[in-house]
Amino acid sequence: MIKTNSLPVHGQETTKNFVIALAGNPNVGKSTVFNRLTGLNQHTGNWPGKTVIKAEGAFSHRNRRYTLVDLPGTYSLHASSTDEQVARDFICFSRPDLTLIVCDATCLERNLNLVLQILEITDRVVLCVNLLDEAERKGIYVDTAMLSQQLGIPVVGTAARSGRGLTRLKDVLDDMVAGKIVTTPRQVVYDPELETSINELEERLTPYLPDWINSRWVALRILERDYSILDHITCTRLGSYPRQVVKEEVALCLT
Amino acid sequence: MNRIVIPNPLSLIDIPVGGSARVVNILTIGANRRRLLDLGLVPGSIIEVIRRSPAGNPTAYLIKGTQIALRNEDARQILVDTN
Ligand SMILES: Nc1nc2c(ncn2[C@@H]2O[C@H](COP(=O)(O)OP(=O)(O)OP(=O)(O)O)[C@@H](O)[C@H]2O)c(=O)[nH]1
Ligand SMILES: [Mg+2]
Repeated sequence: MIKTNSLPVHGQETTKNFVIALAGNPNVGKSTVFNRLTGLNQHTGNWPGKTVIKAEGAFSHRNRRYTLVDLPGTYSLHASSTDEQVARDFICFSRPDLTLIVCDATCLERNLNLVLQILEITDRVVLCVNLLDEAERKGIYVDTAMLSQQLGIPVVGTAARSGRGLTRLKDVLDDMVAGKIVTTPRQVVYDPELETSINELEERLTPYLPDWINSRWVALRILERDYSILDHITCTRLGSYPRQVVKEEVALCLT
Repeated sequence: MNRIVIPNPLSLIDIPVGGSARVVNILTIGANRRRLLDLGLVPGSIIEVIRRSPAGNPTAYLIKGTQIALRNEDARQILVDTN
């Protein structure tokens, strides 16, 4: 799905190309961060037609090569629109090495909904609190250290239009892929009845799921009757026999 | 005949442009409910009515710091109070 790029690598030759998914609410500066990091010029409007991925670009930092994939801006990952489905499928099934979430410092509360949803899928997440300059103009100061502690992931403040914070951001992305940072993502705990169902379904599903997928997240989606995920997993990884088994397991849990 | 009088609950569509209200409940279920919750229409949220489009539908609201356009069919499903 990701095209390989041919950016020159300075210094030592590294073979692996790390893929970073760029996610966030609409209009929070994702493309600005993308352009700052990759140096590419990308127009910000929606592309006509059925564009699967908005844009991808490459950059190098500390002798490592990265491919950055700019995903459509969404308020959630519930696949209720094409944009949401594209973002969700990429974060979940294309298995990027990292997901970088960009959010708007002037309305953090709104943005944190998507952050928590992504943390239900993956623990390889860095949060970029962008538009710090706008926030400061409004008298809003974000305690990024506290936010990082509360969310259990690295948080970097930026003002991407002027480039503020972007070197730090690249350093943190690099520390993440180098395994120097261990995340402990905050998990949403649902009410006890739902938790019981989640655990039960998760246990039944686990034998049929590939090891890279978050089985709790799959269980949650299935409890919402979103079976599109099963199709993904079973078609790409397991063939059609286990898919039938999984559907039967699910039917048992839902009755 | 005795009739039980149920006070007419306010929905978001009843709030005039320039007014604001607090979300009490959302009447839809399933994917549509999920979508509205994800837009920030959670119980307790304060919503401001920014403007109505010339045709009267959709209407722009300020929800948790962002302007969001909602169809009136959706706004009707959102129960609010103005206290
Ligand atoms: N003041 C300020 N403006 C910014 C900053 N980052 C982005 N912007 C501006 O915010 C607007 C939206 O930025 P984009 O990068 O297009 O946002 P996006 O998240 O890619 O938007 P969508 O792809 O439509 O979801 C543009 O006018 C940017 O110039 C920032 O840190 N500070
Ligand atoms: Mg963009």
